[in-house]
Formats: sequence, structure tokens, C-alpha cells
Amino acid sequence: MSSYNWAPGFIDDGDRAQIVTSRFQYEDGHTLDRYLATGGYAGLKAALARTPTQVHEEVKAATLLGRGGAGFPAGTKWGLCPEGKWPRYLVVNGDESEPGTYKDRLLMERDPHQLIEGCLITCYAVGLSQCFLYVRGEMALAQERVAAALNEAYAAGYIGRNILGSKFSVDIVLHWGAGAYVVGEETALIESLEGNRGMPRLKPPFFPAAIGLYGKPTIVNNVETLANLPWLLTHSAAEYMAIGTPTSPGTRMIAVSGHVRRPGVFEIINGTTTFRDLLYGDEFCQGIRDDNELKAFVPGGGSAPWFLPDQLDLPFEAKLVGAAGSMLGSGAVMVMDETTDIPVAALTLARFYAHESCGKCVPCREGATWLERIMERLVDGHGTENDLDQLLEIGQTICPGPFPHAASERLGLAAVPFPFKMTTICFVGPSAYTPVHSAVTLFRSEFEARIVKRKLIPVSIGASDE
Amino acid sequence: MTRLNDANQVLAREIIGRYPKARSATIPLLHVAQQQNGYITQEAIAHIAELVGATSAEVLGTCTFYEMFKMHPVGKYLINICTTMSCALMGAEQLVTHAEQRLGIKAGGTTPDGLFTLERVECQAACTEAPCLQANYRYRYRVNAAQLDQFLDDLAEGQLDAEIPAHGVVARVRQSIPVDRAVSVVAPDDVHEAPVWMPLSGTTA
Ligand SMILES: Cc1cc2nc3c(=O)[nH]c(=O)nc-3n(C[C@H](O)[C@H](O)[C@H](O)COP(=O)(O)O)c2cc1C
Ligand code: SF4
Ligand code: FES
Repeated sequence: MSSYNWAPGFIDDGDRAQIVTSRFQYEDGHTLDRYLATGGYAGLKAALARTPTQVHEEVKAATLLGRGGAGFPAGTKWGLCPEGKWPRYLVVNGDESEPGTYKDRLLMERDPHQLIEGCLITCYAVGLSQCFLYVRGEMALAQERVAAALNEAYAAGYIGRNILGSKFSVDIVLHWGAGAYVVGEETALIESLEGNRGMPRLKPPFFPAAIGLYGKPTIVNNVETLANLPWLLTHSAAEYMAIGTPTSPGTRMIAVSGHVRRPGVFEIINGTTTFRDLLYGDEFCQGIRDDNELKAFVPGGGSAPWFLPDQLDLPFEAKLVGAAGSMLGSGAVMVMDETTDIPVAALTLARFYAHESCGKCVPCREGATWLERIMERLVDGHGTENDLDQLLEIGQTICPGPFPHAASERLGLAAVPFPFKMTTICFVGPSAYTPVHSAVTLFRSEFEARIVKRKLIPVSIGASDE
Repeated sequence: MTRLNDANQVLAREIIGRYPKARSATIPLLHVAQQQNGYITQEAIAHIAELVGATSAEVLGTCTFYEMFKMHPVGKYLINICTTMSCALMGAEQLVTHAEQRLGIKAGGTTPDGLFTLERVECQAACTEAPCLQANYRYRYRVNAAQLDQFLDDLAEGQLDAEIPAHGVVARVRQSIPVDRAVSVVAPDDVHEAPVWMPLSGTTA
């Protein structure tokens, strides 16, 4: 079987390495019994048999890239906690809400113990004294599955005081969100966890590893990132590096949505799989629906600049995709076929970011709202010639500079100029502009076709002949 | 009486006890209040403020930031249809229009019988299963108009009560940390040393 009705969307056709989805084939993959029967908590035991430093070194050696969006290596991040400053905390980012992204929820619903084991390994390696597992509020089933798994794991001695009879003790606390996209940003996540409105903090100085939860050093990692750790500890950094490419090793979960014949969530080989494989491959999406032509695709979640069909041969490799002006982001590919009304598609994203702007900084609060309004009237047939330039001008205010990769190493690929310098506190501002920018620069004629030409009506009031 | 009832106060204290600072429990306690009353009342805000050591204004400020907290009663079933890009590409707006006609309300409204509130919402992390919706945060995937009608009928007739609780209840399974396994929670400023399993070198600056 290739898909399972208890794991909606997940497809494991083909014969690829599976690191984080190996238990999705079991209907009871979320239970402790199944987890233990399939090698569960062996990674924790392997970790406890080594020193924390050795575990940290192994993770560093594996170049495990963060899966939350920024792609920062986890081992390096763990090393950023200032020496001698205690306590340190772990905050797990399970707030998945980037448009197009669907993977962390599956990992929490289908294999919560794997995530818990990853949390434990992290706390052991970095000396973190408490872990907060922040699960998005709207994910009722994920919250239930994680709660049940935590209860089982506590009872069995895997969490809490003197874990498996060792000196290692840590509590894992399940925390619920309540619906706000921006809370996925790590400093906003911490604000929210402190009981506040989820508004991002300014970096510097508020880099979580230095000044995080309660002002203490805090590691924030994504669910999928941590889910890799049990495998990594029962195998090795070398075995991990043998999958994928040296700069993008291992696997990653990718959700492909939109106009493909078979949308789904796949665990792909990092670095080598191309967008063409994914969209057209037999074991993946099997082509565009109704044999239509591909018009454009979003390679890495709603915040990522769009790609055109001539960029299909790019692999899932952060540097190459960056050089082409976009990013892999959160592992979400959204596909638009020839029938797509581009201004409308872009409007849905503009609306998303305008709605989710937290309002802390002016360029985003005002800019995102204006982008949405102008896009709305363009779609509605009330736009004017000035509107297209005005969209780009507002974007310039939010992010005045070009995407550095696009500017520096283009590697001969048609670079989509992406804004990078920004006048906002977090990436919601630039993200609001990105889809608008892509749509307007790549498909300008579709907007122009909707523009109403203004007629200047001569006005003369009270003019006299004299 | 819309402060937290006795059972929920016990639950609230247990939740607060898991955090190094009580205020961290604000959002979880707002969920407890919404579960009890179906929405967030001013009295619950004041009560939570007492429990976590904040002012009512601070708790209200937190509360109003988050989409899930409703400051006034909503329908027994909150029908949230995702209209973000992946769902929009697969016909989400048509589904909203159909739901509006079928329920006789506009998105954002509640049916006169108090059974359904309809909302247009953002990405629900089910983008491959578009268009999708949630009823009280339980999913339905790849929904067409006929399936939506059937689903609303089933909800109205109470046939899905076992799967979908009334609005306010999110997770029905809660974490509970056994007292004999819990590590004692310490105020962040009272910790100055590395945890015992860390090598001593980790404690030097
Ligand atoms: C607006 C915004 C939303 C984000 N949402 C998420 C999210 O839902 N989940 C997530 O893991 N990371 C999200 N991130 C990235 C986090 O800030 C952070 O980089 C990540 O959780 C770190 O984990 P990683 O290093 O394991 O990837 C978001 C970032 C921004 C700017
Ligand atoms: S960029 Fe937008 S979401 Fe981010 S802090 Fe500023 S106003 Fe808030
Ligand atoms: S866009 Fe609808 S679930 Fe993601």
C-alpha cells in the first residue's frame, strides 16, 4: 500500500530511505507499544550511553538542517547558548501554519513518541532543564496524540525524574496555542509561551539562544528537525550524511498541493530530488491535473518567491534554490496550472499576511494592508495604471534590498530578484510582499488586462467668459 | 457564574504548576474557560488574571490576540473553511459560497438556531487535502458541496457527537504529569548551575 487513510495525504510509493515517516504505515504508530516494537527509545538509550558533548558532536557532524523555514543547522544552533548561563530551555515549534505546509501535524498525530524522544535527546545534549512543546491551537488531534504519548512516556519512565535510572531529569510540558500565524516566529513563540500577545522581539538582542524564554538561553527547534534525532542516534552522522548531498543531507518532508494529479506529503531525499521529479514523477505527484500545462509554482511555502516551469530541474538544495532567488522554506510546494488566475492566487496570500500582521511595526502593519487592498481592487476590476507601480513601491518600503543570493551567486539561473533587506522586525512584512512581487513581475500582463483606463473628465465650475 | 468552576480551578492550578512562571499558563487557562462556557467571559478573564498574577487588562490583551478565543457566544459548531492559496486553488471560495447559501448566513455569522457559525479561515495545515474545513477543529478533507451538505446534516442530527464535541472543547485528552515522576519546577532566576548530568566544563564561563 502506498497511502493510509489514517495518515491523510501521506504517500510512501517508491523505495526511498525513510527517516521520520517509517511508522506512518502502522495505524497504531502513535502508541507506545508500537513505538517500542519498532525500535522506539533506542536513540535515547544510545544518547544516555554517551556524554552530552558526544551527542552534540554527532548532531553537528550530521549537518541536520532546521526544517522550520530558515534551514539553520541544529547542531550549530545548540552551540550558541552562552557558556555558564543557566537554566536553558527547549521550546518545540509545533505551530505549523505557513501556507502550503503540512508535515509537522502528521508527525505529531502519527508518531508523537518519535518527537518526544527527539526532545529528550536535545535536552540531554544541551543541558536543557525543561521542554515546552508548543502545539498549534487548531490541531485538536495532534494535541490529543501528544498528550496521550506524554502520559504513556511519563508512566514508563522515559520522561521526568531520573530518566531510565540515569542522572538525566527533564519535564516535557504540552502547551497549546490559540491561533496566530506569527506565533510560529521563534521570538513570538516565546512571547506567547510567556502568556503575552504573540509579537516578535527585535533581534538583536533577543536571539533565543542568548535571551529567550524568561530571558534565559532557549533552543527553539521545529518538530520535524527534532523527529530526525532518534534515527540519527541509532545510526550515525556518517549514515545520515550518506543520504542526500553534503550540504543538504538526509531526507525532508514535502507537501505538494494545488493542481497536481496526486497531491500529497512525501519524505524525499534531500539535495538530489528535483521539483520535476516531485511534480511529474510516478512515485510522487504524477504530473499536472487534466494534462494541463504548469504555469508557476511556489517552492517553499507562502513566503517564498515563485518559480516558473523552466526552474523545474532545480533540486531541493537550499543553496541552489537560494541562488535562483527563492527558498525551500518550510517544505511546501504549491502548484498552479495554466487555468490559474494569477492575481487571485496572489491575493489569497496577500490577504493571509495582511490578516496575520501583528501590528508591531508600521511598514508591515500598513504595507501589508495596502498590498491587500490594492490587490483586491485590481482583481475586482477597479485597479488603475498606477496601482502596479504602487504595489512595487510599497514593497520597496518593506524590503529595500535584493535577495543576497540572487545578487551574489546566480549560477546561470534566471534569478528572481527577491527583497531581503527589511524595515520590519520579522519576516511577515517581506512575506506579504513576496507573492505580490512574484505575481506582478512574472505575470504583469494578467494584471494589466484588468486595469481600468481612467478617463479625465474636464471640469469647469463657475467659469465665466470674461 | 462564569468564573472557572471548582473542578476547573483544580485543573488550572495543576496547569500553572507546570510552568516556572504562572503567567505562562494564560493561554491554556483561557482554553479551559472557553471549554467551560463556550466563549470567554469578562468574569473568566478576571479570574484567570487572579490565578496567574496579572491584571485583567493584560489577560484581555493576550486573549484578543488569538483567533480561537471568542468574546461572545458562537454556534455549537464552528465551521472553519480554509481559503488560503492551496485550498483556494481547489475551489474553497465556491465551498464558502455554498455553505453561506445552505446555512442562510454570511461567513462570520451564526445561524438563528445557534447551531452553526461559519468562518473563512487561513491555512489549516492540510493543504494537500484541499479544499478542507474544520468543525470545532476536527477536519474534513477534499470536501465538495454535496459532502458539505451531508456533513452539516449529520452534525445537526447529532450523529457526530462522539467525534466532534461542542465548541470550546479542543483536546479531550490532557497531559497529566504524575507527581512521583515530575521534576520540581524552579523559578528561572533561582537556577545558577548546570543540570547534574552535564559535564562540569559546561558550567564555566
Ligand atoms: C512569520 C514566521 C512564521 C514561522 N512559523 C514557523 C512555524 O510554524 N513552525 C516552525 O517550526 N518554524 C516557523 N518559523 C521559523 C522559526 O522562527 C524558527 O526559525 C524555527 O522554528 C527554528 O527551528 P529549526 O531551526 O528547527 O527549523 C517561522 C518564522 C517566521 C518568520
Ligand atoms: S513584520 Fe509584521 S508581523 Fe512581524 S513584527 Fe512587524 S508587524 Fe509584526
Ligand atoms: S491552504 Fe488550506 S489547509 Fe493549507
